[in-house]
Amino acid sequence: MRGALWDWAYAWSVMPDLMRGFALTVQLTLISAALALSLGFVWSVVRLAGVPLLSPLAWFAAEFFRGTPFLIQLYVVFYVLPNYGIAFSPDATGVLVLGVYGAARSVELYRAGLESLPQGQWEACLALNLPLSYVWRRAVIPQVAPVVLPMLGNLVIVMFKDSAVLSTITVLELVSRARDAGLASFRFLEPLTLAGLLYWAVSYAAARGVRRLEARGGHR
Amino acid sequence: MAGESTFVYLPYLMGGVVTTLQITALAMLLALPVSFLLALGRMSSFAPARWGAGFVIELFRGTSAVVQLFWAFYVLPFFGVELSPLAAGVLVLGLNEGSYFSEVVRASLKSIVAGQREAAVALHLPRFYTFRRIVLPQALPIMVPPFGNAAVLMLKFTALTSLVTIQELSFRAGLLRSNLGVSSDIYGVVLAIYFALAVGMASLVWLAERAVNRWAGREVIPWRELTSRRASPAPKWAFRR
Amino acid sequence: MGIVDRSEPMKATASQGRPIVRMRGVRKAFGPRVILEGLDLDVGAGEKVALIGPSGSGKTTILRLLIGLTEPDAGTIEIDGQYLWHSSRGGTLERADEAHARQVRRCVGMVFQQFNLFPHMTALQNVHEPMEQVLRLKRPEAKERARALLARVGLGEHVDKRPSQLSGGQQQRVAIARSLGLQPKLMLFDEVTSALDPELVGEVLGVLRELAHETDMTMLIVTHEIRFAADIADRVLVFDAGRVVEDGSPEIVLKDPSHPRTRQFLRAILER
Repeated sequence: MRGALWDWAYAWSVMPDLMRGFALTVQLTLISAALALSLGFVWSVVRLAGVPLLSPLAWFAAEFFRGTPFLIQLYVVFYVLPNYGIAFSPDATGVLVLGVYGAARSVELYRAGLESLPQGQWEACLALNLPLSYVWRRAVIPQVAPVVLPMLGNLVIVMFKDSAVLSTITVLELVSRARDAGLASFRFLEPLTLAGLLYWAVSYAAARGVRRLEARGGHR
Repeated sequence: MAGESTFVYLPYLMGGVVTTLQITALAMLLALPVSFLLALGRMSSFAPARWGAGFVIELFRGTSAVVQLFWAFYVLPFFGVELSPLAAGVLVLGLNEGSYFSEVVRASLKSIVAGQREAAVALHLPRFYTFRRIVLPQALPIMVPPFGNAAVLMLKFTALTSLVTIQELSFRAGLLRSNLGVSSDIYGVVLAIYFALAVGMASLVWLAERAVNRWAGREVIPWRELTSRRASPAPKWAFRR
Repeated sequence: MGIVDRSEPMKATASQGRPIVRMRGVRKAFGPRVILEGLDLDVGAGEKVALIGPSGSGKTTILRLLIGLTEPDAGTIEIDGQYLWHSSRGGTLERADEAHARQVRRCVGMVFQQFNLFPHMTALQNVHEPMEQVLRLKRPEAKERARALLARVGLGEHVDKRPSQLSGGQQQRVAIARSLGLQPKLMLFDEVTSALDPELVGEVLGVLRELAHETDMTMLIVTHEIRFAADIADRVLVFDAGRVVEDGSPEIVLKDPSHPRTRQFLRAILER
């Protein structure tokens, strides 16, 4: 009835669509990642600086974004905010929410990185009366970066996979294209499997890169 | 604001909360044995077991959870495997989380210091006894906090199952919006409900951690230091100018 | 080869009983670092042997080889007349498997520098559970014997405490009782007082002294406590760079060492 289990001709015919979706997925991920890393850094500084009011607020905001489903955050920005006159295109909504969500998650990574620094290091800096800029530049960052950078790399990989959720707000990224192709022909095996393979190929290569980074950091 | 209609449908939404919690519990229940099997598979001296476990872990960690859900929902029936949406959802979430958590299990089992294993060898203890009575009791308490965190993450994760028609919290909100014309503001309410659930669950996890630490004879964080988790690991002077 | 000086008197000592340890041509290296090379060593049943020497000279490696925690790169090890890693078939030696080694080393016990007690078990459980597992004793009997052993090392009142509730000296005594519970013929003590505060060393040495004087168990003791070694050992081996440089009775080795390196080492230790 259906012929071959895996239909190469059909698989080939959906590839152009999938590749278009894949290109958008990569684009959106990269823009979101840039937003997440820059916003996340500022957010972390505010969260960790111990400023009255502001730091607890930054802490709470991060916990809120980390504690609620990404899908619902998307829905709120996409469906609720327009009721109050704030509207973005689907793609812009996706980048914004994915970026803020990623930034909130990075706050925890910076904290964990700083925590890995023994208290004795701070005490030694204080005891030596080192200038603050020197403390950060030569003592703290060189020791914390090898810990934090691989974690940030992994975060970007997670964001890449999470970007599939953008398919729910009509962003025509990889999963949308795969599902639409499936719905059009009632054959889901090929498009969904190919989509899965594309995700796997990128995250596998990226994860290897992060591991190399980790190994380099360890030897320093 | 959300308007009157939201509150009329609150009982209906709460039914979705029950389903959300059910899926969370079932998926975690599946993730636990899966993570142990995968971890032991990866640590096995039998090469095919290592490859098999490595393949499953790579499959679930390397691809997107949304793809996995759609695959279970749309493609499995094509192979004659007809799962209910609930079964498909629990299966995917459980295997997915199990693949991630297997790394925690592996690291915890490995973290038992060499001296403990050497003592077991020097005492000629049987291998299974060593695992059951020496390694496991020391590794389990290490796994409890990450398992609790994973459970809180799973709660958020279940929102994705609305995409495969499981009638949990997110799905019911969508249904109210599209079929009954309820204002989309309802998603704001849903967001708040998820956050409340997450806070509640995180508190339960924290209590469970304390109980396990006490049971395992380890140091228990006193109540008053609860806020220290919020504190910065850097001293205050590090940010002064 | 390894035994350089005074190997003749050593052989005489060893022949008093049948040898419980025979090492021949043993080599052990960790990567490029050669720890032992061509080591021959005999220990007679019932001997109390002290192994001394600077750190890194291979003393601890010998103990770890004897209990099977590490495998030799070359050479043979016999425990109580059986090859540890080989089986003898028709006069030729064949490589034996882990199961064989497990069975041969069953009669060996070891006490570690860092105690390595099981932290989640009480002192009593630490002692009686291995007895059940290895000697196949029924629980009531194992518990009874464990209590007696703990009482013998002076811990009768602490049987239900966890390791974290005991001092270092007490923990080390539990570890000794734990090993004794398996009734070894050969006991290995690896710097058992090195991790202890000075005021706790005495209580552990007291237990060792009693064991040395009141049992016919063979004891191999790696230690830095020279005076203690002279007191309880009937044979002292001095190691340097993986070789035995002195071998003989404590009177001869410690009072009149022939090797300049030994004199230097002894002086360094005695002046501490």
